[in-house]
Formats: sequence, structure tokens, C-alpha cells
Amino acid sequence: MRVATFILVVSLLGAAAGICRRAAADTGELSQLLQKLGSDDRDELQTAIEALGARSEPAALRALIALRDGKLRVDATGRVLYVVSSSAGEELREVTSDHAIGAANGSDRSTAEQASPLRLRTPLVNNSLRRVLTPAIAESQLRSSDVAVRKDAADALSKQADETLAPVLHKALKRETDAGVRTLLQLAVAQIDFSSSEPARRIAAIHVMQTTADVTFKAQLAALLEKSSDGSFREPSADVRKAASSAVATIESQELLTRVVRDLFYGLSLGSVLLLAALGLAITFGLLRVINMAHGEMLMLGAYCAYVAQTLFQKFLPNAIEYYLVLAVPLAFAVCMLVGVILERAVIRFLYGRPLETLLATWGISLMLIQTVRLLFGAQNVNVSNPSWLSGGVTVMTGVVVPYNRIATIVFAIAIVLFIAYMLNFTRLGLQVRAITQNRGMAACMGIATGKIDTLAFGLGSAIAGLGGVALSQIGNVGPELGQLYIVDSFMVVVVGGVGKIAGSVVAALGLGAVNKLLEPLAGAVLGKILVLCFVVLFIQRRPQGLFALKGRAAAEG
Amino acid sequence: MVSRLREIALTLHSPRRWLGLGVAMLAVLALPALNRFTPAGSALHVADHLVPLGGKFLCYALVAMAMDLVWGFTGVLSLGHAVFFALGGYAMGMYLMRSIGTAGVYRSELPDFMVFLDWKELPWYWHGFQHFGFAAAMVFLVPGLLAYVFGFFAFRSRIRGVYFSIITQALTYALMLLMFRNDTGFGGNNGLTDFKTLLGHPLAEQGTKQALYVVSAIALLLSYLLCRFVVTSKLGRVLLALRDAESRVMFCGYSPFHYKLFVWTLSAMLCGLAGALYVPQVGIINPSELQPSASIEIAIWCAVGGRGTLIGGILGALLVNGWKSWLTAAYPDLWLYFLGVLFVSVTLFLPNGILGALSWRKRSAVLALAEAREAEDKHEPSQPLPRQA
Repeated sequence: MRVATFILVVSLLGAAAGICRRAAADTGELSQLLQKLGSDDRDELQTAIEALGARSEPAALRALIALRDGKLRVDATGRVLYVVSSSAGEELREVTSDHAIGAANGSDRSTAEQASPLRLRTPLVNNSLRRVLTPAIAESQLRSSDVAVRKDAADALSKQADETLAPVLHKALKRETDAGVRTLLQLAVAQIDFSSSEPARRIAAIHVMQTTADVTFKAQLAALLEKSSDGSFREPSADVRKAASSAVATIESQELLTRVVRDLFYGLSLGSVLLLAALGLAITFGLLRVINMAHGEMLMLGAYCAYVAQTLFQKFLPNAIEYYLVLAVPLAFAVCMLVGVILERAVIRFLYGRPLETLLATWGISLMLIQTVRLLFGAQNVNVSNPSWLSGGVTVMTGVVVPYNRIATIVFAIAIVLFIAYMLNFTRLGLQVRAITQNRGMAACMGIATGKIDTLAFGLGSAIAGLGGVALSQIGNVGPELGQLYIVDSFMVVVVGGVGKIAGSVVAALGLGAVNKLLEPLAGAVLGKILVLCFVVLFIQRRPQGLFALKGRAAAEG
Repeated sequence: MVSRLREIALTLHSPRRWLGLGVAMLAVLALPALNRFTPAGSALHVADHLVPLGGKFLCYALVAMAMDLVWGFTGVLSLGHAVFFALGGYAMGMYLMRSIGTAGVYRSELPDFMVFLDWKELPWYWHGFQHFGFAAAMVFLVPGLLAYVFGFFAFRSRIRGVYFSIITQALTYALMLLMFRNDTGFGGNNGLTDFKTLLGHPLAEQGTKQALYVVSAIALLLSYLLCRFVVTSKLGRVLLALRDAESRVMFCGYSPFHYKLFVWTLSAMLCGLAGALYVPQVGIINPSELQPSASIEIAIWCAVGGRGTLIGGILGALLVNGWKSWLTAAYPDLWLYFLGVLFVSVTLFLPNGILGALSWRKRSAVLALAEAREAEDKHEPSQPLPRQA
């Protein structure tokens, strides 16, 4: 037993020592090669570069890149150093060990003496050397054990590759295991084959491009199908032309798909803001039968609350600036609710039964709100930035990056819709609101304090619009006229969705948002909007009560 | 013949009212007269720039009166009347553009903005506008046609109340977006401007400005008489009835559709006329006239003066625009507050406008009816809308 253990330990030690020795030998070889970069002899330099290219150590790559960029230095003793630039200045480092030697423009006397800039020599890279150097760097990068490095290199190569890199690429393709890097490498090969003289290789290249369906190749491929001035095709082979035209078709259909997906998504996020704006309108209109033209300004106030929250955090809690939205949401809710309640108590209450006058009075209020904000915050747009956890996005498919802020907007809107639906259907307040919407007189007879509910509901509708404003501040500009931009759209939502119906508002808002964005690329932003408005006018012809018309007695009364 | 005219005249107004109208007209015409016939240093002299300003106000007054016809008398609140005003203005602007000829910056037959956009020939819809007669016809026909088509669809499906208002607002919004585009061919953002002559008379000359003022005043007077004729006729009675109880009118066997469509189209054509007179006096027409706020302001002129009176619209337009001219110069920051307060206070405290407040005691039967109806509404605020009965 002991013997066995002993043998095991010894053999393990031996193996470890062997590995170490091997590693030591490797490092030795590497440093030798690196030293040779300082050589005056062109041939020796060239072989060193080639040999370094076949290695995967970061040091090799570092040295090669430094050489290419003119950052490599050789001091009087033949030691090879390289320059690292940073904001603090330039620093010299030993290539092999990556130890700092000293500042390149030397503040430290002793190190500056050791590696005085005066005694440093920069190896010159001429064109013949560069021809060796570029593939060597590429190869070294592609051999790296880090997938990210390989991917970056392959990505760069797939955009710009020439014949000299072909052998490197083929070798790399054989050993590459990561699928993403493989695709990029294949593309790089295709780029080279694309200008090859053999039609078969060209066709193969076109097929590779077709499978990626990347828009960047479209122009390149389309050029193959063009005729030159004398009427003959630029591309002599008919097979290649056929492959190219099918590839162009694939790319175009892919392009259409990505555009539709992207527009749909943007439309959804626009729709969710519209939804938040329209929900409040639908409730107040359903309940009070008044059109609140100042509703858009609640959106604007909400967005400015986000701005105020951001400013407060910048001033008092700069460390927690990421979380200013935590303050912005309740702030917008409270401010807009307050403004809404004041509005209802002070003005709208006196105008019930006179919807047209209410429309004018609330328009007047919206003018005052706009002017107040303009005087407080200036007429220019203010900058509300996304917190870092909302910047960036996820790639759902090639060419479609969905920003987090838009996703957040949609999620936020869903949450609020659920909240409102719950409130209307399962709480006492909701029950009273629905009762008043159906028959005010009867509700009052049943002991519901209609005046109080009116005020509450109006404040709630305004508060929801304020939340919509916070959402809007994350995806759009924030300025005093913001509300005016959205008010017409949100009225359209109410008109299409029908009065006081959440389901109708949801469908109408998302539908109008998506239709708006889908029509934009086809007809231009303006014509798209006009088409939507025409559609709404025609729609009312068919369904004057909105999408989800009430049936039965309620409809007859309406 | 003379006795027949006298008869008609007396159905419009009592002799005393006619006298008042004549005095008012003289007062209006005094402005250009004082500008023309008094020496520059005199105490009675009216400064040159006040003549086109006054002319502009008269055009606004015409629009407000047209608005009163549909809102005050028929109960249809349009938030898109600026559309018809702007269309009339654009029709006149196109004539003025064409009459520039080759005197423009680029010395081209084409209007300057087309040369700037590198257009080679006139779009088809610009043909014919070199003739004043054609342009003058278009001033009425284009707004009239749009109003007819829009009204046809809207009134046929019985869109009423706030629904109608919102849809008209969408209409003006859509048209504003359309006119902002360069491709539409109406000068885009900048609109039509740099006019030189009207029927051979240079627009920059004071004489032309005075003449335009007088023409605007006459147009306002004639339009007023026309509107007065409409509202005092049997048709006018039906319009009032539609405003106050549309369902009851229907039960009596009238079809609201034709009445509304007629008065709506007439109102639009009057707006077109106002726009056409406005453009040469102001010297520019651009899409900012189509902003939703412009249309809503027209409504407030009406409300300030007093609805259902015709004169009220005129009065309101003159008053509000006078305040606007003064305030935007003196206290630019305050103007929007003032306008906002005006909107709120007029609707809250002066539901019948200034005229309504003045004639509180001898309120006409018409207004009394409206009051009674509003009182009824207050007791029944749950009146289902949009089919506001």
C-alpha cells in the first residue's frame, strides 16, 4: 500500500516536473523568438515573426501587434520592449515578462537611465515584412485560447481579407470549434474566394454569403448582376450570376423580415406609451364624458418628473444615480395625481354636461402648464439619460437589436394595465367607477359619492399618464411640447378603442403604434401618419362605438 | 324690386340695427381713411403698419363668424377650421407665387422653392393658378370640396359632439404634416412667400394695403349679411333646433345630415375667403397656420365674443387678437397664461361670451333656450355621449 502510494507520488511528481520543464522550455523558446524581433537581420526577423504567429501565447501576439504599430523598441543591450500608451502617459514594458521598465519619457531617473529613449531603437517595418506580419498576427489571434479574441479577429478578417491570409484561414477553420467564430471564418474565406478566378470558388463564396443573409454583402453581390458599359455582364459566368441573384433575393427577404420585426417591436413600445396615455383618457372620458385636452401635458409632467428625479440624484446621491427611476415613478404618480385632482376640483367639476366647453377649458389649462414648464425648465429639450441597466440591448435575430429601454417600457405598460384592470374589476373603487360609467343617476341613488369618485378617477387617469411620461422619457425626447405630440394619437386610440374600455384601448394602442411604425418605412413618417388618420376616420364610419362596442341596452342608450 | 329688397333687409335686421351696422362699418373703414387722408404728423394719423394688421384682424373676424355659424348655431364644434382658412390662403398664395413670374431670386418661371428643390416643371396642381379668376374660384372650391367630402362621411355616420371635434383636430394635424413636407409641392416648412404683386399692384405699396383692407371689410360685411340671411331663414331655425335637440328634430322628420352638411360647407368656404384675403396682407402662408392650436384659438374667439350671435365671433376675434398683438410684444412670457386663463374663465364665468353678459336682461329667446338646456344637462350629467341628444 505504502509502496503504491510512494510510486504514485513519485510518478505524479515526475509528471509535474516534466510538464514544468516542458513549459519552461516553451517559455524559453518564446523569449528567444521574442528577442529575435530585435534582430537587425531581415531574414532572422522574418522567421521569428512566422514562428511567433504559430504560437498562441498572449506575449507573442502582444509583440507582433506592437511591431506592426511601431510601438516596439530595442534597447542597447538588445532587450525588446514595447510602449503602452495610457492616459497617464507612455510606459515601457518588457515584452517577455510584461514587466514595466519605466515611463517612456522617464520621470524615474534610474529606470530612465536604463532605458533612455535616446538609446532605444525602433525596428522598421517595411512592406515585405508587413506581408509576413499581417498573417502572423491573424494566425496568432486565431490560435488564442480566448474565444473573444478569436471572434474579434475573425470578425475583422471577414470584413477585410486578402489572398495572403487564405492559408491561415483554412488552417484556423480546421481546428476551430466555436460555431460563431467558424461562421465568421467561413465568411472571411468567402471574401477571398469571391474575387477568385475560378467560378466554382466564387459560387461557393456566394453560397456562404447567402446563408448568412447579411445586408453588408448586398451591394457586392448586386454588382455581379450589373452590366458594364459595353452591355456585357461584369460577371462572365452565368452560374455565378444565378447564384448571386438568388443570394441577393435571400438577403432582401431577410432584410424585409428584420425590418418588419424591428418596426413591430418599436411600434409595440410606442404603442405601450400611447396605451398609458390613452388609458387615463379612456377612464375619464368613460366616466365623466369630458375630453381632457390637458391630458397630454400629464405625460409631459411625468417626463419632467423623471428629469427632476435625475437631477436630485445627481446632486444628493450621485452614487445611486442608476436608481433615479425608483424615485421618478412615485414622484410622477404623485405630481400628476395632484395636478389632476386640482384640475377636476377647480375647473372640470363645473363643466359637467358641457363637453365642448370642457374641451376648450382644458386646452387653456394645457397652455398654462406648457408655459409654466417652459419658464421653469427652459424651452429646450432636457436630457434624461437611461440608467446603465437600461442601456444596451439584446439581439433577437441578425440585425435586430432590441434596446432594453424599449423592453422596459413594454413591461412597465403591461404591469400598469394589469394594475388598472385589477383595480377596475376587483376593488370597491373600481366597482363604483363602473357603476357611474353605466348610469350616474342610479349610482348616486345607491349612495355612491359620485363627486368624490369623479375626482379620484380623474386624478388616477392623470397619474397613469404621468407614469406614461416616465416611460416616454426613457425612449424619446423630453420637452415642453411633448404632450402635444402625443395627444392627437392618444385621442385616436380612445376613438378606435371605444370609450372606457380597457381591452379596446389596449388593442387600439398597440395596433395604432405598430401600424404607425410599419407604415413609416413604406410611405414615410408623415404619409404613414396621414394614412393612419384616414384609416381612423373611415373606421369610425363602420364602428362609431369603437372596437369593442357595448351590446344590448347600454349600446342603445349610448 | 326695391320694396322686395327692403323686405329682405328688414327680415335680417330692424332699422335701428341697420343703422348700428352702418356706423360700425364706417368705424372700421375709418382706419385706412385716417391713414390715407391725414398728414403723417397729425394726431389723427394712423401708422402705416396698422393697416395690414387691421386687415388681418378682419380676416380673423370672418373666420370666427364662420365658426360661429357651425358652432354657435348648429352646435358642431370644429377644431379644424384653420384647415379651410389655410387652404384658401394657399390657393391665393399659389396665384401670388405664379404672378411673381421671373422676378424671383433664381429668375426662373418656376417658384423659387421649386428651383431650390431642383424641380424641372410645375406639378399638375399648380396649373391654372396664373389666372386670378381660376385662383379665386379655387379659394372657394378647394375648402368647400374638402369640407363637403369630410362632412359627408362624418355627418352621414352621425359623428357628433367631442368625437367630431377630435376628428377635425386629427384632420388639421394630418394636413399640417402633409404641408410640412417639401414633396407636397407647397413650399414645405417655409410655405409660400416673397409675393410681389396682386393683379399688377405691388403688395409693398401702402395703397394696395389700404385697398386690401377695404376689400376685407366689404367681404366681412357681405359674409355677415349672408350668414344673417341663413340664420334668420327657416333653415336657420332648423339649425338651432339641431343644436339644441338633434334627436327631436329627427323625430319631427328632418334629416340633420343635409342641414349640417350645407352649413358646414358654407362655413368652410367663408374660411377659404378669409384665408385668401389674409395671405396678401400678411405676405406669407405656411403650415404653422395649420397647427391644432390655431384652430382651437378660433373657437375661443367665438366663445369670448358670444356664440350664436355672429357679431360675437367678430367682436371676439378683434378683441383677442388685439390683446395678443399687444401682449406678445409687451410681455411675451405672459401671453400663453393669458390665453389659458381666457379659455378657462370664459367657459366657467362667461358661457355666453361678452355679448351674452351684456344682453343678460334682454336675452334672446334662442339663448334662453340654450340656457335652459344647459341647466337640464347639469341635472343629468350622465347624458350618454358621443350621441349627445
